[in-house]
Amino acid sequence: MSTKQPDKAGAPLQPAATRPASIPQPRGAQPPAPASQMSQQTLLRVVAKMAIPFILVFGVYVILHGELGPGGGFQGGVILAAGFILYGLVFGSDELRKRIPPKIIDSCMALGALLYACVGLVSMLRGGTFLDYGILTNGTASGNEALGMSLVEYGVGLTVCSVMITIYIQISERRATVRLEERGL
Amino acid sequence: MSLGHFNYWLAIAIIMIGFYGVIARKNLLKQAIALGLFQTGVFLFYVSMGVVRTDEGEPGMAPIWTDAAKTGPFDNPLPHVLMLTAIVVSVSTLAVAVAIIVNIKRRYGTIEEDEILEMDQRDRAQIGS
Amino acid sequence: MDWFPEFFRPHLPVLVVILPLFGGLLAPFTALIRRGGGIFAWLWTALITAAVFVCATVLLYDVHTGGEAITYRLGSWPEQYGIGYTVDSLNAYVIFVVALIAFLATIYAKDSVIDEIVIDRHHLFYTVWMLAIAGLLGITVTGDTFNIYVLLEISSLTVYTLIAMGGERDRRALVASLKYLVLGSIGATFILLGIGYLLMLTGTLNMADMHAKLVEMHQAGELAGNKTVMVSFAFLMVGLSLKMALFPLHLWLPNAYTYAPSSVSALVASTATKVGVYMTFRFVFTIYGGGVFDSGEDLHFLALCASAGIVVSSFSAIRQVNVKRVLAYSSVGQIAYIVLGFSLANQDGVTASVIHIFNHAVIKGGMFMAIGAVALRMGGTSVDDIKGIGKRMPLTAAAFTVGGCGLIGVPLTAGFVSKWYLVVGTMQEGYWYLAFVVLLGGVLALIYVWRLIEMIWFHEPVDPDKEVEEAPLSMLIPMWILIGASVFFGVNASWTADSAAAAARLLLAGGM
Repeated sequence: MSTKQPDKAGAPLQPAATRPASIPQPRGAQPPAPASQMSQQTLLRVVAKMAIPFILVFGVYVILHGELGPGGGFQGGVILAAGFILYGLVFGSDELRKRIPPKIIDSCMALGALLYACVGLVSMLRGGTFLDYGILTNGTASGNEALGMSLVEYGVGLTVCSVMITIYIQISERRATVRLEERGL
Repeated sequence: MSLGHFNYWLAIAIIMIGFYGVIARKNLLKQAIALGLFQTGVFLFYVSMGVVRTDEGEPGMAPIWTDAAKTGPFDNPLPHVLMLTAIVVSVSTLAVAVAIIVNIKRRYGTIEEDEILEMDQRDRAQIGS
Repeated sequence: MDWFPEFFRPHLPVLVVILPLFGGLLAPFTALIRRGGGIFAWLWTALITAAVFVCATVLLYDVHTGGEAITYRLGSWPEQYGIGYTVDSLNAYVIFVVALIAFLATIYAKDSVIDEIVIDRHHLFYTVWMLAIAGLLGITVTGDTFNIYVLLEISSLTVYTLIAMGGERDRRALVASLKYLVLGSIGATFILLGIGYLLMLTGTLNMADMHAKLVEMHQAGELAGNKTVMVSFAFLMVGLSLKMALFPLHLWLPNAYTYAPSSVSALVASTATKVGVYMTFRFVFTIYGGGVFDSGEDLHFLALCASAGIVVSSFSAIRQVNVKRVLAYSSVGQIAYIVLGFSLANQDGVTASVIHIFNHAVIKGGMFMAIGAVALRMGGTSVDDIKGIGKRMPLTAAAFTVGGCGLIGVPLTAGFVSKWYLVVGTMQEGYWYLAFVVLLGGVLALIYVWRLIEMIWFHEPVDPDKEVEEAPLSMLIPMWILIGASVFFGVNASWTADSAAAAARLLLAGGM
């Protein structure tokens, strides 16, 4: 992390300065993106950089302990996504897109749900009914149930996290306006 | 007796405030927020339903089986679990609504319902159908 | 049907749901193949929906030969604790209808989606498309009320998205979709509230259990003047009426059907509201059956709404200048026929409703496909665009005409069979004025359909120089299969009538 410090601090300034010039603004008075202003504030940058790793680790913790304690895939996924969204808010959503390309997020959405569905399918193929955790492997029923629940929670966590990031990126995206206007729609 | 149903009164009040907002507000985003409030009222209704009281009116315990000595009434966990799912549904509804509203803003340039209707009528007068 | 693999046979009820679910989740990965545009996504969708259709057919066969309901317990939990899927002669029939329309609409979608949806979104379109089908089939197959709510929201959210995808051509689709979203969510939340009151009263979510508890209470006389059961009934009826677009609550429907992409109109018009009607059957007859709230008097308000809906929506349809909107208003009227049928709560009335679910699905699906083909070739769906297409696109125009005859209820079309049962049902109850409304609806349908048919065959095209060719085969074949089915089951209605009568007997006996 610390080795990348210089270019991380410098990089977000670049698009912030060039953005208003490079994109034609059909409706005129669009204010500059708030994210670009935020990334210039040292305090915010430093605090975000310190907080984000802890948020991510806490999110993973909540997902991993989903089947035993309070929490689970959904809550953990949201916390994980909150870490990424904080990053996007402070350094700009372009920077966030550069760190995790939308293609990867899109496939993570489907992969998480597929993991859930596959757990169901495996138990069906092993002779039980759909989502019958008890016979996932040859081990004991209780062990299998814990395994099934955990896998399902991981799947949910992955999906929720990527869906939340996608929602953030989609809504904060300003480029689509220009694209549609340019096509005369 | 009526005060004993405090939660339900509150739930109905929230539902009605949300419902009123959906109908009366002309701003699409406010409508979406009101819709969220409307659904939240239902969550409160369900969660209140799960409470189990003793004959003396003492509230029940959380339904976690850790101590065999605990015999007292346990709250019904089923409505709470249902609401976890319903919250996810509500969030998804809100997300779809906001996504559509963002697109409306991009295409119409406004999210006021009456302005949008006016623009539609102008379009219809110009090109027909 | 012995060729079907024995291993999957007991899993059929869940297969019809998880096949499109898996298919939908895998569809985004077709974008990894960089060539061919969205063709691989379409191929994958066609494959999955074909498999679903095969499963639905085998399921229907099994239910009819087995003679009793098939139950499937998810995760091997007993139905009282977990989710139980129950398939009897009613929902096997509805599953078959939905799977058939889904398969044919997917075949049809190929060219219309290439025309109407931006090329880099095809894989997402088909993802949402299959998830919508999974939701619709899930509602039909499940025996758990809360599961109905969740699957209802899955299907509704995906349908809102599909309709909003029409926004690339016409921005009004976005507003229509948002309006549908707001009203649809209110409806679903009312259903959730109704289920909540039922849960308070009976302590269970399983439909069969709820029914047993309610009937037990009813026989003990505890339900007389019980406000909880009345409130639950009221909330459920309002919510379900919103979802199936019963007359005063139909306002979301015309715009949503008009501005949606053509293939989406065809799918949604023939399945989404039908599934809403199916839910109403389940709630009214399976849960409140056995004398709780399923008599003709209890449902008479539905009959009044329905008869008002038939008249008002037909008059609205006459005035429209967009053909898709004419069909949408006609859908409101046809839904009202279905509601009118089961609100009589007698054998012929309920049979008419169940039979019309199939008949209206094939007729309206075929007609929306025909008008979608016109949109592909002419670029629009206003009455000016259909002028003179009889000479330019004879097969499409003929399909539209035959479908229109079905809407009117001309003898030898499927529409006639449903109306026959409906009139017999109303006369049995002595409601001659309802029979009159049904016949009046036929006359009004004649007016709005004839207006379109006249423009198709007897008017000159607006721009005679434009070169227009017949619709592609991938559109004509599914269109004519549906229209052909509407004629075939109009001439020989024994299969539909028998299935519907079996389902009606089951419903009126008040059980799963």
